[in-house]
Amino acid sequence: MELHTVWFVIIAFLWIGYFFLEGFDFGVGVLTKVLARDERERRVLINTIGPVWDGNEVWLLTAGGATFAAFPDWYATLFSGFYLPLLLILVCLIIRGVAFEYRAKRPEARWKRNWEHAIFVCSLLPAFLWGVAFANIVRGVPIGPDKEYTGGLLDLLSPYALLGGLVTLGLFTLHGAVFTALKTLGGIRERARALATRVGLATAVVALVFLVWTQAEHGNGRSLAATAVAVVALVAALGANRAGREGWAFLGSGVTIAAAVTMLFLTLYPAVMPSTTNAAFSLTVENASSSPYTLKIMTWLAVLATPMVLAYQGWTYWVFRKRIGTQHIPDPGHGAGAATVPPSRPGASTGAHPAPVPAKDSR
Amino acid sequence: MHLALENVDIARWQFGITTVYHYLFVPLTIGLAALTAVLETAWVRTGKEHYLKATKFWGKLFLINIAMGVVTGIVQEFQFGMNWSEYSRFVGDVFGAPLAFEALLAFFFESTFIGLWIFGWDRLPKKVHLACIWMVSLGTVLSASFILAANSWMQHPVGYRIDAETGRAEMTDIVAVLTQKTAVVVVAHTLTAAFLTAAAFMAGIACYHLARRRHVKVMRTSLRLALTVMVVFGIGTALSGDALGKVMYEQQPMKMAAAEALWETEKPAPFTLFAYGDVDEGHNKVAVEIPGVLSYLGKGDFSAEVPGINDINEAEQLKYGPGDYRPNIPVAYWGFRWMIGFGMTSFAFGVVGLWLTRRRFWLAPEHRTASDEPPKLMLTRGRSLAVRPSRWFWRIGLITMVFPLIANSWGWIFTETGRQPWAVYGLLKTSAAVSPGVSTAEVLTSLAVFTALYGVLAVIEVRLLLTYAKAGPAELTPNELRDPGDDDPGADADADRPLAFAY
Ligand code: HDD
Ligand code: HEM
Ligand code: HEM
Repeated sequence: MELHTVWFVIIAFLWIGYFFLEGFDFGVGVLTKVLARDERERRVLINTIGPVWDGNEVWLLTAGGATFAAFPDWYATLFSGFYLPLLLILVCLIIRGVAFEYRAKRPEARWKRNWEHAIFVCSLLPAFLWGVAFANIVRGVPIGPDKEYTGGLLDLLSPYALLGGLVTLGLFTLHGAVFTALKTLGGIRERARALATRVGLATAVVALVFLVWTQAEHGNGRSLAATAVAVVALVAALGANRAGREGWAFLGSGVTIAAAVTMLFLTLYPAVMPSTTNAAFSLTVENASSSPYTLKIMTWLAVLATPMVLAYQGWTYWVFRKRIGTQHIPDPGHGAGAATVPPSRPGASTGAHPAPVPAKDSR
Repeated sequence: MHLALENVDIARWQFGITTVYHYLFVPLTIGLAALTAVLETAWVRTGKEHYLKATKFWGKLFLINIAMGVVTGIVQEFQFGMNWSEYSRFVGDVFGAPLAFEALLAFFFESTFIGLWIFGWDRLPKKVHLACIWMVSLGTVLSASFILAANSWMQHPVGYRIDAETGRAEMTDIVAVLTQKTAVVVVAHTLTAAFLTAAAFMAGIACYHLARRRHVKVMRTSLRLALTVMVVFGIGTALSGDALGKVMYEQQPMKMAAAEALWETEKPAPFTLFAYGDVDEGHNKVAVEIPGVLSYLGKGDFSAEVPGINDINEAEQLKYGPGDYRPNIPVAYWGFRWMIGFGMTSFAFGVVGLWLTRRRFWLAPEHRTASDEPPKLMLTRGRSLAVRPSRWFWRIGLITMVFPLIANSWGWIFTETGRQPWAVYGLLKTSAAVSPGVSTAEVLTSLAVFTALYGVLAVIEVRLLLTYAKAGPAELTPNELRDPGDDDPGADADADRPLAFAY
């Protein structure tokens, strides 16, 4: 395989990693408004992803950095072309990250509620916008002879692209619900499973339309295989969820995401950003890539570093493997003036906790 | 044409604002990670509770700070593509590699191990938990090194060739890119400055509490650690800065001349303490000078010749074609002075503080204080500072804690504006680096959005930091003193124990 093809595969792998991992934490963020009934339950949800969301996000930074290094033209055209959607995504990622860290740092109900709104909106929007972005890449956008994007904002909002957005939003929410079922205890776990079925069925319809549309307009033999895997995995995930096999269900929704992203990349290859202006202006793995020397250096880096990253990120998931329920949520010691925080009572059982005062917004 | 120019200016403002903002959090992150790790190491080795309290307290401030560092860094990563697409096309082959190295080697370290450290208090054995914060610290240092290597390549391109066909830069030697002299010296200078910054921050907050006789034991320890680090790394900052000055003199004589508002070539060249000049006319109206010092700073020789702005400008016009090759002289001149002035003032506080609070065996017995009393400020063996000056000492410590932050910002503003009009020195002008396809409205939108968002977040973050800094370290709970490494792995009597930390 040529090195630029290798790098096409690696970049696809990084995006798969990103959507697989951040996919469920976007989903959990969305579910904080849908699934949680009170403050304590919202905290259960947020804490299932607490130790890992930041590490998940670095998959995006790595995909960005690797694209910059391996396909500078792809990086330049994509991010200058999709300017405003990307701006919105960045704003959301900023607010979301701060929201996780700061939400519990003050006792006021209003403070917490504002950050919770932020977590919801700023998980939902990127989950939708990434789908829009990738649907546009596959569909092709106006690109001129100098490799610059020549369209406007409206060119990015075709029905096909918006449908793509719904698909990622649905898949990530499903993935998040299945993850929640896998990581929690008690009522929230049951509700997560029930919700996963409903979200899953709705997503299955939208995703099927999108996959068939993509396959019909842009597909090829290779992508057909990936489409088939995605469909089978989605059905299997729903079945496993019904049967209460939470681990299998999570694997299923993850494979669905991975196969769908694979399918998009397979329809692209060897282009990386097809031009709708003139096929000759399309960016391809050849005309957008870096020099062989740089690709060689980068390949060494990837070969040495990736297994290490996978190992210690995997270890993190192992360390935090235990399910959590409302009984594990410590009393809201916001920490400032922490002498006032009551010591937590080891061994306090589920029922022993006084019902937390529900925040006003938990209708 | 006019519009295109405007895009460059807006994009420059955006890059300047977002980067300087990012860099407010960066040095604190780098420094506090290491200082927190040192305190936790002391706890693990001695088992003394006040070390654990200190670790938790500074760790909390560190986390409030790093959250902002991380999210503002994301913008940096994508801004090149958004606003500087021509730049990205031109340099991606060389410049992208260190960025990818940074993400794959450093950011994964930082983000994964910080999660383990925050949530792992009751999940990991003590020593493993300690190793996590050291990994975070290593991650910050690696990250700084890679990004600074990338930045150094813009200051002084090496290890590349220009491809005849595409006209873009292609890497020929990664080792040269990562280890060129500019990169090594800049890494030394910014890292030492980062440790000075975080130590001054720690010292300032310790002064605040000690002046009020609160949390004395923890704060006394913190103050000593911080003052020591300030002195050691203050010296390091000055030495590495001097080395950087000599490198700059070789590589970017214009920046050096601008930093001194040295209009005409002089031999020997003076260092000006104050200058007020006329940029159009190309001379200073007022200048207070110390003879020979600039010659020494640039070449290590008091009588060396130093080229002036006007001569360098003419030489560059001959080399690169007609144009104005002068950066913004007042910004470079004052930026340079503010960097040194603010940074070294803080260092001076460190030196004075370390002397006044020195160890007991240097003092007469009646002046020795116990570890749970605030230190007495001792001028000589037997003479202490009077009450009012003592009060001022604590106050000055509190105020000067922000000085290194100001110095860092001006250091960057000086370095980056001093490189203008080049984006990549000698290869690519800033005006040719901007995205041609992005509309003015789009750049303006993003400038406005980031500025407003960053402004709001700054208010939130500063308030939060103040609340937590003022509250001081918390009392430890029995749960916090337990080493999870001692737990019987089979026992699930504790299955319902609340998490040691939860968002
Ligand atoms: C000398 C140090 C230094 C400098 C000059 C910069 N950064 Fe930075 N950056 C760091 C040192 C650092 C750090 C200490 O490693 C941070 C600060 C907070 C953190 O978590 O890591 C960080 C965070 C950080 C992140 C988030 C990482 C994460 O999610 O963990 C990104 C994407 C960047 N930076 C990217 C950049 C870019 C593209 C820069 C150039 C314009 C830049 N930084 C300048
Ligand atoms: C490493 C930390 C960095 C800091 C603290 C920093 C700081 C700054 C500052 C203060 C400016 C405003 C200067 C002005 O507008 O005149 C600026 C501009 C800029 N910097 Fe840097 N910079 C950093 C790294 C980089 C890197 C790695 C790049 C790589 C592309 C870069 C590229 C630019 C560009 C393109 C501009 C806008 C054009 C201009 O200089 O005005 N900077 N930077
Ligand atoms: C606490 C913060 C800082 C302090 C105290 C400080 C101090 C100094 C000192 C004492 C010098 C030596 C001047 C000489 O002998 O020629 C110097 C040079 C320099 N510093 Fe800093 N610095 C700080 C931060 C920074 C930062 C963040 C940057 C950005 C990269 C920076 C960039 C430079 C440059 C480019 C020089 C060489 C300039 C020249 O001599 O022309 N500094 N600094």
